[in-house]
Amino acid sequence: MNAEQILSQFSATGVETCFHDRHINPQIYAGLNGANWHFKDYEARGGYQALRKILGKDGSAPNSETGISGMTQDQVIATVKESALRGRGGAGFPTGLKWSFMPRQFPGQKYLVCNSDEGEPGTCKDRDILQFNPHIVIEGMAIAAYAMGISVGYNYIHGEIFAAYDRFEEALEEARAAGLLGNNILGSNFSFQLHAAHGFGAYICGEETALLESLEGKKGQPRFKPPFPASFGLYGKPTTINNTETFAAVPWIIRNGGQAYLECGKPNNGGTKIYSISGDVERPGNYEIPMGTPFAKLLELAGGVRAGRQLKAVIPGGSSSPVLPAAIMMECTMDYDSIAKAGSMLGSGAVIVMDDSRCMVKALQRLSYFYMHESCGQCTPCREGTGWLSRMVDRIETGHGRPSDMDLLDNVAENIQGRTICALGDAAAMPVRAMIKHFRHEFEHHVANKTCMVPAYV
Amino acid sequence: MIEIELDGKKVDIVEGSMIMHAADKAGTYIPHFCYHKKLSIAANCRMCLVDVEKMPKPMPACATPVTQGMIVRTKSDKAIKAQKSVMEFLLINHPLDCPICDQGGECQLQDLAVGYGGSKSRYEEEKRVVFHKDVGPLISMEEMSRCIHCTRCVRFGQEIAGVMELGMSHRGEHAEIETFVGNTVDSELSGNMIDICPVGALTSKPFRYSARTWELSRRKSVSPHDSTGANLIVQVKNNKVLRVVPLENDAVNECWIADRDRYSYEALNSDDRLTSPMLKQGGEWKTVDWQTALEYVANGLKQIKSTHGASTIGALVSPHSTVEELYLASSLVKGLGSENIDYRLRNAEFEVVPGVRYLGTSVASLSHLQRVLVIGSNLRKDHPLFAQRIRQAVKMGCAVNVVADKTVDWAMPIANMVVSNASNWVKSLADIAAAVAAEKGIDAPAAGEVTPQSQAIAKSLLGGDRKAVLLGNGAAHSAKASSLLNLANWIGNQTGATVGYLTEAANTVGAQWVGALPGQDGLNANQMLSGALKAALLLNTEPAFDSAQGALSASHLSKAEMVVTLSPFKANLDISDVLLPIAPFTETSGTFANAEGLLQSFHAVVKPLAETRPAWKVLRVLANMLGLPGFDFESSQAVLLHASRGVVGNIPSGVLNNTTSAQIDISEVQDTPNTASIYQLDSIVRRATSLQLTADAQNVVLINATEVSA
Repeated sequence: MNAEQILSQFSATGVETCFHDRHINPQIYAGLNGANWHFKDYEARGGYQALRKILGKDGSAPNSETGISGMTQDQVIATVKESALRGRGGAGFPTGLKWSFMPRQFPGQKYLVCNSDEGEPGTCKDRDILQFNPHIVIEGMAIAAYAMGISVGYNYIHGEIFAAYDRFEEALEEARAAGLLGNNILGSNFSFQLHAAHGFGAYICGEETALLESLEGKKGQPRFKPPFPASFGLYGKPTTINNTETFAAVPWIIRNGGQAYLECGKPNNGGTKIYSISGDVERPGNYEIPMGTPFAKLLELAGGVRAGRQLKAVIPGGSSSPVLPAAIMMECTMDYDSIAKAGSMLGSGAVIVMDDSRCMVKALQRLSYFYMHESCGQCTPCREGTGWLSRMVDRIETGHGRPSDMDLLDNVAENIQGRTICALGDAAAMPVRAMIKHFRHEFEHHVANKTCMVPAYV
Repeated sequence: MIEIELDGKKVDIVEGSMIMHAADKAGTYIPHFCYHKKLSIAANCRMCLVDVEKMPKPMPACATPVTQGMIVRTKSDKAIKAQKSVMEFLLINHPLDCPICDQGGECQLQDLAVGYGGSKSRYEEEKRVVFHKDVGPLISMEEMSRCIHCTRCVRFGQEIAGVMELGMSHRGEHAEIETFVGNTVDSELSGNMIDICPVGALTSKPFRYSARTWELSRRKSVSPHDSTGANLIVQVKNNKVLRVVPLENDAVNECWIADRDRYSYEALNSDDRLTSPMLKQGGEWKTVDWQTALEYVANGLKQIKSTHGASTIGALVSPHSTVEELYLASSLVKGLGSENIDYRLRNAEFEVVPGVRYLGTSVASLSHLQRVLVIGSNLRKDHPLFAQRIRQAVKMGCAVNVVADKTVDWAMPIANMVVSNASNWVKSLADIAAAVAAEKGIDAPAAGEVTPQSQAIAKSLLGGDRKAVLLGNGAAHSAKASSLLNLANWIGNQTGATVGYLTEAANTVGAQWVGALPGQDGLNANQMLSGALKAALLLNTEPAFDSAQGALSASHLSKAEMVVTLSPFKANLDISDVLLPIAPFTETSGTFANAEGLLQSFHAVVKPLAETRPAWKVLRVLANMLGLPGFDFESSQAVLLHASRGVVGNIPSGVLNNTTSAQIDISEVQDTPNTASIYQLDSIVRRATSLQLTADAQNVVLINATEVSA
C-alpha cells in the first residue's frame, strides 16, 4: 500500500494518523506523508544535522575560544536540561537530569535503551514515529549515547506492532550504510551500535525494569528498586532508558537550542507533545502540539466531540491516569503540571474522550479487566488485587452490586496503591478511585436499579 | 557501620544491609514470606512493608537499604495498615483448608493471619483453583491453590541447588509454580523446598497425612550418611520416626539437609527391619532370644580361636557406625588376639597411614574458597551439602577445577575439567603438578607434561587466596590412592592450598580415630573379604553392596565357619549364621566425627524396635561373655570418654594428618574405584522406599541393568 492509499483509507474513516495539517508547530511529525521515512528524506528535512553538530562534523567553524568543534558531553546534557524536556513515556521525569545520573566514568559496558513498548491503552504515538520517521529516533539515541558515553543501544519495540519493528530495522540498515551508526561515526572517535528488539505484547514489559528483564531473555517481571537502572540495569550494567518520543525530541533541541525548545512549551514543560486522541471525537488520531495548549484547542483539532453529543469525561494520559470530568478537563491546559494539578496525569498523552453516551461502569469494567489480564503476578497486592477489582466492577456492571461495593472498591484500590513493586498496581488502582470519586452516582445507580444510567451505548 | 532507629531503638548495622537485617539484629520481628536469609531478595510478598520516615509510601523492609539516621517504624499505623492489607490480598485466594492441610500448625501464613488477618473475608467472589502437579516421589504439589507465589522454591533451585527445576509460569492471577513441561524435581537437595515453603503448597510426600505437627516430639540427631555430619531434628510420634528436618548449624549444614538425610528414615520403619536375634539352623532362619544368640556367637568365636587361631577372626565394620560401636568392635577383636578389623570395604589400596585422614580444612571454609581442585568425586551426589557450599563460593568468584572420570552436571560453573579414566588420574595430577612446577620454575615431583588444561588449572590454583585440594571418594578408593594424595600434597604445598579427603561416610574420620583399622600384621578389608577368615563379624555392613568386590566377597565370606551380622536390617541372609538386631542411629546414643573431625554426639530419639539393642551394648555383653577385660561400660558416654581419652569437641589436630610417605607411582594400572551412588551409600538409604523411586536411584538401576545385559 502506498502513502496515498493509506491516507485515503484513514480519511475515509475519519481517523487521523500523523499525516495531517492539524498539528501545531510540529517537530517530530513535521512534513510526514507516510512515504518519506527513508534516510534521504530525513536528511532533506535537516535530519542528522544535530548529530553532525555535536560531533563537529557539520562544517561550522570550531569554537573561537576553545578551538574545539562540536559539543562536549556536558554541553549536550546541559542543553537537554535547559530545554525542560520531560520523559514522554508517562512519568514525566526530566530527561537531562536522568542523563546526568549516568555514571559516565563507569569502566565497563553501559547501555542505552529506547522504550518503544507502547502498550498503554489509547496510546499510538510511538508507532507512528517508528513507522514514519524512524531516523529521528536513531539520531536522538545516537546523541544520547554520545552524551553519556554509551556504545551499545537497544530499541525494544512492542510485540504487537511488527510493521514498526520491520521499518525500524530497515532504517537501522540505512543509518549503518550511511556511517551514522557503527564504529567511528562520521570519522569521529564516537562509536555506537544500535539494535532493535521486539517484545511479545506484554503490557508489563513497558515498565522499564521488566523491559530490561525481557531484553535479557527472561520473563518480563519488574525488578524492585533500588537499585535503579542507572546503576544496575541491562545485564547489571548502568543503563539509561527513555521513551521513543523523548529520543525523537532530542535532535530538534540540539539543532535549535534548549531555550528555543523550552519556549515552544511553557516553563518546566518544554517543547511539543504528541497526543493520541481516541474515543468520542470526530477525528481521532495523533496530534503534535506545544506543551501548555488548552485542552479545548486540542479537542477542536480533533474535530470536537461527536456530533450531537456532550463531553462527559476525559482520561487525559492513557488508561492508567485518573479520569477527569468534562468541567475540570475543559479548564486544563495540556502539560504535566496543569493536569497533575487537576488530579490526574499527562501520562503518555493518550487522551480518551468519552461523551454522554458512555457508561462509566462499563468503561471501568473494561479498564479493570485489562489490568487484571496484564498484571505480571509477581507481587501480592497487584496479583490478587487487580482480579478482585475487576470482579467487583463486573458484578456492579452486571447488576449484582451491593451498596457497600463502592467503598470496598475504593478501599481495595487504596490498598494496592503504593504497595507494589512497580507502577502497574498504581495504574490499576487510580482509574478505579477516580471513577468512584467523580462518578459515584453512576455506580450507585447501577447497584440500586441494576441498570445503566445512560440509555444505550452508541 | 551506620546507625538507624528502629521502633525507637538504636541499631548499628553494616552499610548495604536492608532494614530486615537491622530488625533481625535488634530482635524485632517483621512479618514476611518471601524473604529468606539464605536466598536472594525478591520483595514480592510485600508483607514486610514498614513505615520509613520521609518516605511517602510504606517500604519493603527486605529490600530497602538502610541509610544513616533512617527512622523506621515497624508497628506504626501506616505499617500495620499496609501489612494488614497485604495479608488480606494473600488470603482472598488462599483456600481456608487449614484443618486438612499438612502445614497446619507450622504455617507462616496461618501464624501471621492470626496477627494480621481479618476474622471475616471481604472477598466474596470465587477463589482461584490451581491444578495439582506430580513432581516425583519426594515433594507433594497436590494443593497448589495454597501457593502464595513467594518464589522461595524457585530461588532455592536457582541459588542453592544450582538447578532451576521449579519456576513461575504464566502471568497475573494465572501465575503458578511448576516444573518445565511437567518434569520431576530431581535435585538431591529438593526436600529443603518443603521447609522453606511458607504455606502448605509444597509438602513432604512420604510424610503427608501421617501426623499433625503438634503431635510430634522434636529430637536432635546427626545424619549417619555422608561426612557432612548434618544436624537433624527428628520428629517422632508414638515411638516412631515420622519426619526429619534440618537443625540449623552454620558451621556444618547451615539450614539445609540433603534428601538422603531427610527421607532415609523410611527405612527405619520398613518391614526389612530385623526385630529379634536369629540363628540359621539347617539352612533355616530361627528366631531366638538374645542369650541364645550371644552364647552361640561367643562359643563359636572361642572355638574358632582355639581351632584356627585368633588371626582367622576378623571384623568388617561400617564407617556409618558410631565412634562408640567402632571402638568396642575394635577392642573386642583385639581382645580376642586378632588384628583383623577394617572399615575400608570399598578401598583398593591399604596404606599404613600416619594419622587420621580428614578434610584438611573446616566445613564452613568451603563456602569461602577462591580456588578449589576436586579429584575423583561426583561432588553433587557424594556430598550434596559440600557441593552446595562450593556453589556459594563460586558465586563469589571461586574457580572450580575438576579431575573426574565422567562428565556430569555439577550444577555450578566449572572453570576447568579434566575428564580421564581413573587409571589416568595419577597422570592427570602429575600433569597439573608439572604445570605448577613450570609456572614456578621448580622441579616437578613426577614426570608429567604441561597440557593446556593442566596449565589452566595450575594458573588457577596459583592465583587467589583460600584454596583447597579435595580428594573425593573415587580418589580415596583408587588403587593409586597414596600416589594421588602425594601429588595432591605437593600441589597443595606449592600453591598454598589445604589438602584433604572429602571422606565418604558420616564416621569415616571417627573410624580411623578409634582404630577400626588393622593392627600390626592384621588383615585389611580386601584380605578379609577374599576368604582369609574363619569367623567374621559384620558390623552394619553388607559386603555384597558395601565392598569393592561386591557379590564376590559375599561368596568368599560364605566359606567362613561363622559369619555374624550385626545390623538393624535383615541383611546378609545368605552368608550369615547369626543375625543380631542392632539399633540404627535413631535408636541409640552415639557420636560421629565428620569430615573436618568435629565430634557430634546424639541421643536416641526413639526406643529400639522390638528386640533390637544398641550395638554398643551388644558388643559389651559379647565381650563380657568372652571374658575380655575392660568392657565394663555403663553408657555410651562412658565408652566415648574412654575411646576419646577425654577429648570433646574436635578430634585433636595433632591426630589429623594427610601426609604420606608413599612414592608416586606414575605407571598406568587398570583402576575403577568403587564408589556408591547417592542412594546406595549405606544400608539405611538402600531401603528408603521414596529415595529409591527418585530419578537418581532409578538411573543407577538402569545403568546396572544395561551393564548386566551387555
